[in-house]
Amino acid sequence: MNGIIGKKIGMTSVFNEAGKNIACTVVEAGPCVVTQVKTEESDGYFSLQMGFGEAKEKNTSKALLQHFKKANTTPKHKVVEFRDFDLVEKALGDTVTVDEIFAEGDMVAAIGTSKGKGFQGVVKRYNFKGVNDATHGQHNRQRAPGSIGAASYPAKVFKGMRMAGRMGGQRTKVANLEVIKVFPEKNLILIKGAIPGHKGAFVIIEK
Amino acid sequence: MDAIKFVQEQLSNKPKLPTFRPGDNVVVNYKIVEGAKERIQAFRGDVLQIKGTGSTKTFTVRKISNGVGVERIFPLNSPAIVDIKILKRGKVRRAKLYYLRDLIGKKARIKERKLVKN
Repeated sequence: MNGIIGKKIGMTSVFNEAGKNIACTVVEAGPCVVTQVKTEESDGYFSLQMGFGEAKEKNTSKALLQHFKKANTTPKHKVVEFRDFDLVEKALGDTVTVDEIFAEGDMVAAIGTSKGKGFQGVVKRYNFKGVNDATHGQHNRQRAPGSIGAASYPAKVFKGMRMAGRMGGQRTKVANLEVIKVFPEKNLILIKGAIPGHKGAFVIIEK
Repeated sequence: MDAIKFVQEQLSNKPKLPTFRPGDNVVVNYKIVEGAKERIQAFRGDVLQIKGTGSTKTFTVRKISNGVGVERIFPLNSPAIVDIKILKRGKVRRAKLYYLRDLIGKKARIKERKLVKN
């Protein structure tokens, strides 16, 4: 997979040629440093491992420090492996920039950690409808899940039953997003639509 | 935030529009597309509010059409806006004139702001 690591900056909107107002996300993508090259001989498959974002030396483990030293680079905050990265040929320590991978009009996928929503009920978490009546004998159950199973048979609640619980804060992938523009001078990429995560969150943009 | 500003500046080809304020009476000429045809329509009314920053700035114009209040929100940087003419500058004491929605007839008038030469 060809891709780059980035940071979500925020959202804005731009007008396209047809005069339509398009909501889009600004992502600071790269430059990434190749921290390891895995090959068929050494690991059985080909991949590029890339690092992005500066990390403090004192917060990096000695093992990782040596790993970064091999690539002749400073400690990186985020390290991601891209399997079968075949768009551009890169060696250990090379930098990968956004304009090498993406161009205007490309369809990409964004992977990030979705915003944490806390403990949520089934209406928000699973789009249950709740009980829509406030009258007709209903009390206190407008957002209730309803029955979670029968009694004497099966006499248990099935595994995977959708119930209230922690929502968000999970790895989420949004596919089929259009690249509206790439700004190589500032390492920015403008993507149509929303992508997972809060501002400043790490995202992986895949092609 | 700076990066967003940079993107907005790179992508906006903003035509020069006159600066107006809430309370001003304006005519907004904007393009509308009907099938394959394109024509210009005018919307005349009072500016109720100006909202947002940068290229996502919008303004709301309110008029009374056949006795019914009609409000339209325009993105300030919309390419559909051909031009904006200021007919009257209003004297108002607030940035958002939501109170006009509850007023009808003579009470909904806005005093004109006379430009003082200095």
